[in-house]
Amino acid sequence: MAKGEPLLVLDHVTMKFGGLVAVDDFTNEVREGEILGLIGPNGAGKTTVFNVVTGIYYPTSGRIIFDGIDITPLKPHQITHLGIARTFQNIRLFQDMTVLENVMVAQHHSISNPDGDRILKMNGKKPKMNGKFWFWRSVLKLGYMDMEKKMREEALNLLEKVGLASLAYEKASALPYGQQRKLEIARALATEPKIILLDEPAAGMNPKETEELMDFIKRIRDEFDLTVFLIEHDMKVVMGICERIIVMDYGRIISEGTAKEVQNDPKVIEAYLGKEWEVI
Amino acid sequence: MDRRLSTKTKVILTLLVIIVVAFLLHLADKHMDAYKLRILNLIAIYGIMALSLNLINGITGIFSLGHAGFILIGAYTAALLTLSPEQKEMSFIIQPIVPWLAHLHTNFLFATLAGGLLAAFAAFLVGWPVLRLSGDYLAIASLGFAEVIRVVALNAISITNGPLGLKAIPEYTNVWWAYGWLLVTLLFIGSLVSSSYGRALKAIREDRIAAEEMGINVFKHQLLSFVVGGFFAGVSGSLYAHWLTTIDPRLTTLGPMLTFYILIMIVLGGLGSISGSLIGAALFAILVEWLRNLEEPFKLFGVIQTNGLPKGSRILVISAIFVAIMIFWQRGIMGRNEITWDNLYRWFSRLRRGEKNG
Repeated sequence: MAKGEPLLVLDHVTMKFGGLVAVDDFTNEVREGEILGLIGPNGAGKTTVFNVVTGIYYPTSGRIIFDGIDITPLKPHQITHLGIARTFQNIRLFQDMTVLENVMVAQHHSISNPDGDRILKMNGKKPKMNGKFWFWRSVLKLGYMDMEKKMREEALNLLEKVGLASLAYEKASALPYGQQRKLEIARALATEPKIILLDEPAAGMNPKETEELMDFIKRIRDEFDLTVFLIEHDMKVVMGICERIIVMDYGRIISEGTAKEVQNDPKVIEAYLGKEWEVI
Repeated sequence: MDRRLSTKTKVILTLLVIIVVAFLLHLADKHMDAYKLRILNLIAIYGIMALSLNLINGITGIFSLGHAGFILIGAYTAALLTLSPEQKEMSFIIQPIVPWLAHLHTNFLFATLAGGLLAAFAAFLVGWPVLRLSGDYLAIASLGFAEVIRVVALNAISITNGPLGLKAIPEYTNVWWAYGWLLVTLLFIGSLVSSSYGRALKAIREDRIAAEEMGINVFKHQLLSFVVGGFFAGVSGSLYAHWLTTIDPRLTTLGPMLTFYILIMIVLGGLGSISGSLIGAALFAILVEWLRNLEEPFKLFGVIQTNGLPKGSRILVISAIFVAIMIFWQRGIMGRNEITWDNLYRWFSRLRRGEKNG
């Protein structure tokens, strides 16, 4: 797929929880290779968009197309297998496992996701699983050790790239906050995604860490040939790295464009600061 | 720092340990008295039960209380297959046994395998609906399913002989069967847990949503763990039946009490630790028997003659001991750690370095 073409398309996606409309008629797209920002006040429905895309919720109506495949009815593990990875707003690492194990868990779908492979085959794409019967092969150790070694090397390689190699054998819970955020991204990268959804990656970071994170996101985008879709509150991050920004309020898209365009949009100013006469 | 031994070294060391243990078991088999030998076998049976429940509860984090149900299925299936047709005819006095079962007769190995497979199948059927629940709801539902199985055993008289139970089951469970199956269980579950699948199961325990989002089919992996656990529970049931020689569907023998005993073993040893499960099982089996001494007349501190505690009060003493253990080791004796060659090696090298420095 060429750069700039739509990779992930949300088509009139609505998500209702009872009477509450968390996402209201969301229509937009994420284009191959871009860094797209999703901003908006608290409770605007940003994380819900991510949850709908990754299959945690099924949208009440609308369709989601990823790489030409309708992923609306698919389950989270299938969607991940197709190439969408994510991080979480409130860090959700496997706390009691080591850094290396955290990354290796994310590689597991490459040997145990026939569900995802079925979808790929149905849509005429190349399946991603490396062979079959891995459960028995891993228990009876039939050719499994080579696979384990390969996974381990790849994981260590990845940790090296993101700068966590020296912490590979530490428990995830023992990492400082900034490193935990980084590990979440590394773990998402280990699923070998085409697009990565980052949910407030800079939350709780100091200005220096934020600066590093921005470089880091740009670097992984180029190095792993990724498309990045991120939610962020820190305007410095959003304005600094996002090539395009979508602004949400009360579940609706209220503005879209480059950092400058969005910044000067009266609707955005209103959503964040209230109407002018209210301020005065 | 990650200190690791080569796979080859580990395999050789493991084989050596297996040979040494086998030799010790051979000695025990020759020289121990029958009573102690029975306890030795019970340790292995409890070990299999604890390992299989630990896979479900400790590793995958499914709080299942239905283990006794699978054990019961394994026990009845195997016992019905090893009992001779004449014996079955004699036992079934309320209602005659169903004809197709009356003449079914196999050896102990096939009976045990059949018990395990049927229990695994039951785990599959039970797991399908139950695993859609989580936490306390899952615990109650699985407990309920185990009770349903027990009540069926109580009432399907022409198959199970109802409340009378099965008697005169041949006492096939010897040291070799018990420890042979324990070895198989240990290798299977150990191999599973240390593989990519084991990591996936632990990830589900740690954070179900994150595991799903990392591409793990949570339901299928939970079901897998449930079925493997169910299979070995069935195997342990067969060994247990041929150790007890009499089984019946009472609350205490193959009912919820047994589930709670196994739960005590794995919590005591450390939820999520395979070595912990074995330690817990051994401790439980030994303590429950050894503390029988308290109920006999004994000399306190070698001086004061007592008549012993009232019958049954050893359970109180055991409870007190377990409470004390849980206060000192809040996550069980082993926590989530394992005794592995790598860990032992690391521990020894640290010990040696410490000696050199100090």
